[in-house]
Amino acid sequence: MYNFEFAKAKTIADAVKALSSEDAQALGGGQTLLPTMKQRLAAPTTLVSLNTIPEMIGVCVNDRGEVCIGGATTHATVAREAAAHYPALAALASHIGDPAVRNRGTIGGSLANNDPSACYPAAALGSGAVIKTNARDIAADDYFLGMFTTALDEGEIITEVRFPVPQKANYQKFVQPASRFALVGVYVAKYAGGVRVAVTGAASDGVFRWAEAEAALSADFAATALDALAVPGNDMIADLHGSADYRAHLVKVMTKRAVAAAA
Amino acid sequence: MTQVTMTVNGKTVSGQVEGRTLLADFLREDLRLTGTHIGCDTSQCGACIVHVNGNAIKSCTALAADLDGAEVRTIEGMANADGSLSVIQQAFQDHHGLQCGFCTPGMVMTASALLKENPKPSEVEIRAYLEGNICRCTGYHNIVKAIMAASGQDVSAIAAE
Repeated sequence: MYNFEFAKAKTIADAVKALSSEDAQALGGGQTLLPTMKQRLAAPTTLVSLNTIPEMIGVCVNDRGEVCIGGATTHATVAREAAAHYPALAALASHIGDPAVRNRGTIGGSLANNDPSACYPAAALGSGAVIKTNARDIAADDYFLGMFTTALDEGEIITEVRFPVPQKANYQKFVQPASRFALVGVYVAKYAGGVRVAVTGAASDGVFRWAEAEAALSADFAATALDALAVPGNDMIADLHGSADYRAHLVKVMTKRAVAAAA
Repeated sequence: MTQVTMTVNGKTVSGQVEGRTLLADFLREDLRLTGTHIGCDTSQCGACIVHVNGNAIKSCTALAADLDGAEVRTIEGMANADGSLSVIQQAFQDHHGLQCGFCTPGMVMTASALLKENPKPSEVEIRAYLEGNICRCTGYHNIVKAIMAASGQDVSAIAAE
């Protein structure tokens, strides 16, 4: 990879200041960014590490009962520390990548990258989470804007993600056999106000909510409630691992499995 | 250049690194600890796994400068103090858990991290934990057996296949 200036921020304010310079890029766990830089697909002049900002690390529960996760918290830490508060979220975190990747990769990094096959976007959108940055709070519904595209501005960093805890939830991932990313992953969460269904891996615009399934499951939270529904293949990813129709079919299968596992 | 100081296998070391210097390169090129192997250099294969502050990570996908102050353990730090093989290393030898040996440092570091978290893992748990370690000799069977044996469990049920 091309060389760059390296800066290690100690506080959120430090990080924001360092990121204001031209072509500076935030570094989370680096599990996507460093391989991307090795391939010279990215070449920032400055990397600003967010990995040792104490105020951005950890899992807690706030006075509204929401699970709050610091942006620089690793997947392994979420898997351990969120288990008692939000088991479906912890289970999702415990199956991202492999153990060594989970010890380094962070929730903020994953959500900022918004890989169309990543797991965390499904949890955030499926839970109606709030993505807190150094500047503002962004609702998950307004945050994901397409493949590798988010509502974040240049130099804006995710400092915390707040998850309302559902009554029931489950994530089902059908892994792409080589990369182990989600070929299709479905996050189902049942709240008092209704059910949310978020799908990752499948669509060319990245994570999306399956509105028809949400309506059917809000009326009847059972896998059979989805029998009459079908997902069109129009906007699905097609590659050598699965055609668009195959992915569309998997969305329904994985949604049913998630409902069955959650119920 | 950035000055970094780490504790590697119990010894304090320091050096000047570029921003882009990977932990794997710092270990191999600067410290000459060449037991840590770089297999794929794309964070897939796990040959470069070391422990940083007690956690297994892929040293080809972490920057040395980002780990200033860290406590690092590599395969060179795994043997017993008298130089004899550790329980895990000995089990790999006893159960023929290596063929060409290239992936072995990473396998041993991952096995050690697993047994710290889960002292008596099942075969399924061992295989799941090895997801990020690739053995291109495909010698997984005896690796699983060695880890099972290192955890003090009976391996007679794991028949040679």
